[in-house]
Amino acid sequence: MKKMISIFINDKEYKVEPEQTIMQAADKLGFKIPRLCYHPKLSIEGACRVCIVEVEGQRNFVASCAFPISDGMKIKTNTRQLRRARRDIVELILDNHPQDCHICERDGNCELQRLAAASGIRMRHFAGERKRYEQDLSSEAVIRDPEKCILCGRCVRMCSEIQQVHNLTQSHRGFNTVVTPAYNLPMAESVCTACGQCINVCPTAAFLEHNYTQELFEKLNDPDLVKVAQFAPSVRAAIGESFGMPIGSNMEGQLVAAMRNLGFDYVFDTQFSADLTIMEEASEFLHRLRNNGKLPMITSCSSAWMKCLEQFYPDLIDNVSTCKSPMSMQGAMTKTYFAQKMGIDPKKICSVAAMCCTAKKYEAARPELMFDGMRGVDIVVTTREIAWMIKSAGIDFVNIKPQQPDSPLGLSSGAGAIFGTTGGVMEAAIRTAYELYTGQTLVDIEVEGVRGLKGVKEGSLTMEGAEIRVAVAHGLGNACKLLETVRRDPQRYHFIEIMGCPGGCVGGGGQPYATINTIPLDDESLRKRAQALYDLDRGKTIRRSHDNPGVQKLYKEFLGQPLSDMSHKYLHTHYKPKLPVGIVPREAKRIEVKE
Amino acid sequence: MTELAQDKMTTLREFMADAAGRQYSESYLIAVLHKAQELFGYLSREVMDEVANGLQVPAAHIWGVATFYHYFNLTPPGRYTISVCLGTACYVKGAGQILETLQQHLGIEVGEATADGLFSIQQARCVGACGLAPVMMIGDKIYGDLTPEKTVSIIEEHRRMAQKEL
Repeated sequence: MKKMISIFINDKEYKVEPEQTIMQAADKLGFKIPRLCYHPKLSIEGACRVCIVEVEGQRNFVASCAFPISDGMKIKTNTRQLRRARRDIVELILDNHPQDCHICERDGNCELQRLAAASGIRMRHFAGERKRYEQDLSSEAVIRDPEKCILCGRCVRMCSEIQQVHNLTQSHRGFNTVVTPAYNLPMAESVCTACGQCINVCPTAAFLEHNYTQELFEKLNDPDLVKVAQFAPSVRAAIGESFGMPIGSNMEGQLVAAMRNLGFDYVFDTQFSADLTIMEEASEFLHRLRNNGKLPMITSCSSAWMKCLEQFYPDLIDNVSTCKSPMSMQGAMTKTYFAQKMGIDPKKICSVAAMCCTAKKYEAARPELMFDGMRGVDIVVTTREIAWMIKSAGIDFVNIKPQQPDSPLGLSSGAGAIFGTTGGVMEAAIRTAYELYTGQTLVDIEVEGVRGLKGVKEGSLTMEGAEIRVAVAHGLGNACKLLETVRRDPQRYHFIEIMGCPGGCVGGGGQPYATINTIPLDDESLRKRAQALYDLDRGKTIRRSHDNPGVQKLYKEFLGQPLSDMSHKYLHTHYKPKLPVGIVPREAKRIEVKE
Repeated sequence: MTELAQDKMTTLREFMADAAGRQYSESYLIAVLHKAQELFGYLSREVMDEVANGLQVPAAHIWGVATFYHYFNLTPPGRYTISVCLGTACYVKGAGQILETLQQHLGIEVGEATADGLFSIQQARCVGACGLAPVMMIGDKIYGDLTPEKTVSIIEEHRRMAQKEL
């Protein structure tokens, strides 16, 4: 154990571990020094100066997030001068900010707003020039509003450090500094993977999802349309937070009821298609395994990961499963199988997905995923958007009587539920692949090795004497690490799951903002959301995708069998390299593209 | 790409290959961008993409650096680059007015080039000719004791020169 040292905070002595910053030490001792640009999972920026403290012997106030403690250090966190300086700093940030809080999407959920209130700003002392920029609405998924930006740099660090996409930078200098993609490109033309993690860590509203709530309200009011909804596993595990429920509350039944109340004619469950995905994906994996196909096979559910793949790992495209994501499979089955069964013209169906994800908006618009000249999903809204719509419609979400999703595309197994968390797809696939391969039922179906928040997880199982090695990565940065291993040693794994967001879909870019006492994407919140899905799995009698009677019926009545021609037409797709010249993350490998 | 541009690109690639082989190769970014500007006159997107590939540095990072330093031009300079001295002596003697005259006469801001590609304006901080204040440079030639009228006539002279040469 390290030798403890003494520090004094506000004249009181504390014994603490050395080699940490003032803020880290103070946090553990129960002080919460106000802060803005700091995020525990990102590098230290020291940009905002909000976390200043007084250190005896230092001429100026120091930023506690960046200043290391030393033995005998005397720190003051709460003097009159400090409070005043901090208030001035926040006030100067506010002065270069639109101050249109009451018409801002993050009103009531904004860290700057909370900080201004806590700093005691009750009047405006400054009235300087304010920066002016157009919003960048080019992307289907993530929009940029530089006027709201306070240059804390969290988005830039998130994009480069955690996601390793390196799309954003602080360009220009001084008053003209602005966060942009390279060459000031519109988001739609940039290497943005649409993961939306910049939105999650933004303290204000400088990044937001492209909002489709008004379009959706219009559609819901159109009597000629059949409005069909689906919702992702992790939406139910998080949406309660938008209504003041504890983190990790499963609100599935309330969500179904509320969505019916909003005007949807049918509310299906994306978990149904998660089961369907497993049928196809596990079959594809076994097909590759038996026929010497390309391995390791990598999952394709995460739309941000798919764009990342096309841009930065084009050499691994053949490794990726051809399965569409559960959302797109659900959309396809809604407009084909369901439409036929009900005798509805598929062109009259408005297919809507409530997702934890911003990249799903991008995915839904991908031309490769269209069939019979139609999009499978017409509108994607995030957890935040659907929560807002429910509030706006005046629905008492917390107290509404829970309801069940509709059949036939609403029934799901426990395996479908855990899709929403990192390792879940792998676990679900193992449950089914084992049985399809060996003909025996896997008894111990909870695969602990692939659960949890470790960046890259490894595991193995034995199927008829053969060892199958699997790996799971969540967050695109962890994915990069794992994929570098695959490039070096292609024999190492047989099957890999990759999710674009930290924690998997539960940490998606469309999930509710961190509330007052939580930090965006902190592990505890991610664990609780994941636990809600694991509990849902345990509570189900049917816990294996292939046991889902709805899925069995779908194959019997419509698709035939996994990997059939019908399956390939509606449930599979192919990806092509998208090479943004020059825009490479570190160590990316270039390949020649044959035109 | 013209043959000349190809040659320049080859020179740049060689320069980068040398940097990429060294320890902390990414720290050579600014030196490489200097070289690129020396060769091409400005940093085009094409050139920055090339640097991103050559040094394996994300283009967003390069964009951040290139836009941070005033030294780097992001648009092609005009045939004649006019550097207006805004040093103390020139400023006191009315360099501000000279700059304003140029901007109005040419219809461009500092850092921009005219649509016909003839002129671009830069700011300079003392060119060591304070005795002639206010001064401007066109290429490497110094023009001193400027007045707004004299400035305009020098510009028009260059315009005629360019027309003859073309």
